[in-house]
Amino acid sequence: MAVAVGRLGIGTLAPVAGSRIAPWLAGGIAALVGAVVIGILTGPAGLPLGGSLVEMADRVLPVDLDSGLTAAQATILWEIRVPRVLLGAAVGWLLAGAGAAYQGVFRNPLADPFTLGSAAGAGLGATLAIVYGPATGSWPLDPLPVASFAGALLAVAVSYVLGTGVDRSRSATSIVLAGIAVAAFFTALQTYVQQRNTDTVQRVYTWLLGRMSTATWDDVRLVVPYLVVCSVGLLALRRMLDVLRVGELEAAALGLHVARVRLAAVALATLGTAAAVSVTGLIGFVGIIVPHTVRLVAGASYRRVLPLSMLCGGAFLVLADVLARTLASPAEIPIGVVTAFFGAPFFLLVLRSRRRA
Amino acid sequence: MKHPLRPIALAIAALCVVGCGADRPDAAGGTPAPATTIGPAAPAAPKRIVSLSPTATESLFAIGAGPQVVAVDDQSNFPAEAPRTELSGFRPNVEAIAAKNPDLVVIADDSAKLADALGKLKIPVLVQLPAKTIDDVYAQIGELGNRTGRRTQADALTAKMKADLAAAVAAAPKPSKPLRYYHELDDTYYTVTSTTFAGQLYRLFGLTSIADAADDGSGFPQLSAEAILTADPDVIFLADTKCCKQSARTVAARPGWSTLKAVKANAVVELDDDLASRWGPRIVEFARAVAAGLPRS
Repeated sequence: MAVAVGRLGIGTLAPVAGSRIAPWLAGGIAALVGAVVIGILTGPAGLPLGGSLVEMADRVLPVDLDSGLTAAQATILWEIRVPRVLLGAAVGWLLAGAGAAYQGVFRNPLADPFTLGSAAGAGLGATLAIVYGPATGSWPLDPLPVASFAGALLAVAVSYVLGTGVDRSRSATSIVLAGIAVAAFFTALQTYVQQRNTDTVQRVYTWLLGRMSTATWDDVRLVVPYLVVCSVGLLALRRMLDVLRVGELEAAALGLHVARVRLAAVALATLGTAAAVSVTGLIGFVGIIVPHTVRLVAGASYRRVLPLSMLCGGAFLVLADVLARTLASPAEIPIGVVTAFFGAPFFLLVLRSRRRA
Repeated sequence: MKHPLRPIALAIAALCVVGCGADRPDAAGGTPAPATTIGPAAPAAPKRIVSLSPTATESLFAIGAGPQVVAVDDQSNFPAEAPRTELSGFRPNVEAIAAKNPDLVVIADDSAKLADALGKLKIPVLVQLPAKTIDDVYAQIGELGNRTGRRTQADALTAKMKADLAAAVAAAPKPSKPLRYYHELDDTYYTVTSTTFAGQLYRLFGLTSIADAADDGSGFPQLSAEAILTADPDVIFLADTKCCKQSARTVAARPGWSTLKAVKANAVVELDDDLASRWGPRIVEFARAVAAGLPRS
């Protein structure tokens, strides 16, 4: 995988004027807001559209309105649906932003938020928490998100430390290779623990498949601080990621401290990934397809790719979750199935239409 | 423990999501449930039975064949005197099973092709798939009786079970209108429909599942929280008190769930996961727990 470093995203360093970014950003924001509104207005409960809008205005704006929704309907809207939509937006935002950062910093189109083993680490943490953890509510903190968060950070830290300083001219590649080895090792541990405790295998798999079905406001509150730190930090690195596109040695010759930029970007992206994974489990595909779609449509500069990936990632996951909630209503479809089933053809469509253009 | 096949089914489903596009496994067991024997004929009264099925373990001990059982799998936690070992019914190790020198092996799932492997060692295998109907339960217990030389005890047990079930149903409160239930398999809202084995036991009490509209063919759909709140079931049965440590308290604490009729009426019934997922003699206890939890109106 790591040797397949392609040329995607390594183009000319044409300056991008600020005025030309604004329309793209406006489009991205519109897409995210539109997706969130659609998400809030659709669901298996079939709430009245007008009433839902008025209820939202009543809750969000400093006005007092009567939506006409019953108490039960208002609860479904505000306690079940809205946090789920917002969590989808936040997780999609984080995964797509982290994916874009990973691809930039490793100059590898196949990189995604889980490249350095964060998925395997989080999986091991989650499995340990499920198998050996205490009863729900008997601890002030739910051990599952804490353990998966810690597992993701640990796996990436080990990959990074073991992968650096191996081969100066190919340091990005050796970090990615170390990540593959660490991921395999953590997956082996996770599988072993799981097979020793078959009575919990169902919970483990449910977690591994990714889930939004039990989203609460607590999950949203947990993720938002990471979203802010990760986004602000990564966006601050966008110009350096652009410089890095010419190549590690070339960027170093231009005065960029490559190792430092890489460490900062990996740390920020991993923090975001770990936070996302800790609340929704593993949701694949968003972190690799959304940034590439953005690149194909809006150009390869990280000044565009980073913010647009975050906005479009949020929109994409919210819309995917709308399908997950409604297609088989009142049953659910696993979110990972929807993201890949609808996202993959869409990406291929974009890929082919750009090639012809 | 849950429906013993569900973890495997989910595991395969998970693998399919990740990789292949194979047909979805039937969580309830795709083939007819009554017992099938594979391999050489067993002795008329086997003396060294290995049970890798928690349900079969319970049945064997209930018909008095316990002394003939030399080893049971790691999930067979009832009755307490069952000789529990490290053997696994999910990932069976042929050598470890053969080392017990069994003259009959009982399993509830043969996706691992265990019967073929043991057949090569001339060890007879009895496959008793998860029951689809209550009659399957009686048939499987009868089969175990035949195979262990304890048919009389097996017939006495099934007769008693039938009488006890009928008594439990007769003594249960009769609601004025049909009640709708939500049976929770785990804390991500997997549930059962009325066509599943558990669903049929509920039907004895006139209960219908809120998930019937969501039946995806498996009988074990995953509901969305919105759908559960909209359906507003009259009674909630928790079959995830062990696996997922859920309770009436944790259910009431879920956002929005305090508005449900079942929560307000204290009709959240905490079941033993094992009782609700096995199809052996203790279905009577399961039925009694259901009856005890029904709201008295």
